[in-house]
Amino acid sequence: MGADHDHGGDHHHPGLAEDLSLGEPARRLMAMEELLVEKGVIGADEVRRVMDVIAARSPVDGARVVARAWMDPAFKLRLLEDPRAALAELGYPVVSGSKLAVVENTENLHHLVVCTLCSCYPTSLLGPPPDWYKSFAYRSRAVVDPRGVMREFGLEVGEAVEVRVVDSAADLRYMVLPRRPEGTEGMAEEDLVALVTRDSLVGVGAPNQPAVNS
Amino acid sequence: MARFRPGDRVRVLPDVVDTHHRTPAYVKGRTGRVHAPSGSFHDPEDRAYGGSGLPKRDLYLIEFDMQSLWGPRYGGGEEDKLLIDIYEQWLEPAGNPAGRQD
Repeated sequence: MGADHDHGGDHHHPGLAEDLSLGEPARRLMAMEELLVEKGVIGADEVRRVMDVIAARSPVDGARVVARAWMDPAFKLRLLEDPRAALAELGYPVVSGSKLAVVENTENLHHLVVCTLCSCYPTSLLGPPPDWYKSFAYRSRAVVDPRGVMREFGLEVGEAVEVRVVDSAADLRYMVLPRRPEGTEGMAEEDLVALVTRDSLVGVGAPNQPAVNS
Repeated sequence: MARFRPGDRVRVLPDVVDTHHRTPAYVKGRTGRVHAPSGSFHDPEDRAYGGSGLPKRDLYLIEFDMQSLWGPRYGGGEEDKLLIDIYEQWLEPAGNPAGRQD
């Protein structure tokens, strides 16, 4: 890095120029973070470390938990009763802060998760939420017309099935335990993991069907 | 000590306040049932202003019938429900099912 130039010139410092063009919310956020560090409320690298933890997670982690629950009924019960302890069994670290809750879809019951107030999502297990989850359209429509929203995602939920929309707030984060697809008896756990989509963990979709092979 | 038990009918307070809270307008003033207790947590309405959030407040998962929430414009099954976590300070008893005395 060339620190030996003067500042009279007409060149840009790449990082600085870009930062100044950031939007108002982003700049406000940066200012707040700087203040919190300056006042010793948080450590200098604390935000980055938490972001690393979140970024290290993905829906595949949720899929692993689901596949295990499909394979092992006793684990499923523990997952529904005490998700934190069940996740610890699988080696997922217990992240402080919000609690995870798991809701089970069955033949007669379908859960759909939304956060109308902001974008609460089980980030500690599934990583950052998809953009549509944070959109005004999804947040406002999921509670009024859940069946219509799911239809737009390609999921038709039968009239006889009870739909339960879970409007999540910050303290409890909800993950859906989707129904195991038919025709997956005898499949290996790793193969089941591949069937579990991110959408099915929010309830706007169902897990993929296994490929038909003879 | 939990104020409400599963099955209790509760009304969400209709209060309009301009301080931080986590009770969305669409359930304010509406009557539902306690689905399950969700645990107790540091009070976000205090924490939002630098408070400790203590004492912790009970959070309840409240269940509303979609039909009662939205009326005929709800285009779904009669059994469809909305579940939402609401803090105890936003709930008041709305009369218990017949035959139960508290």
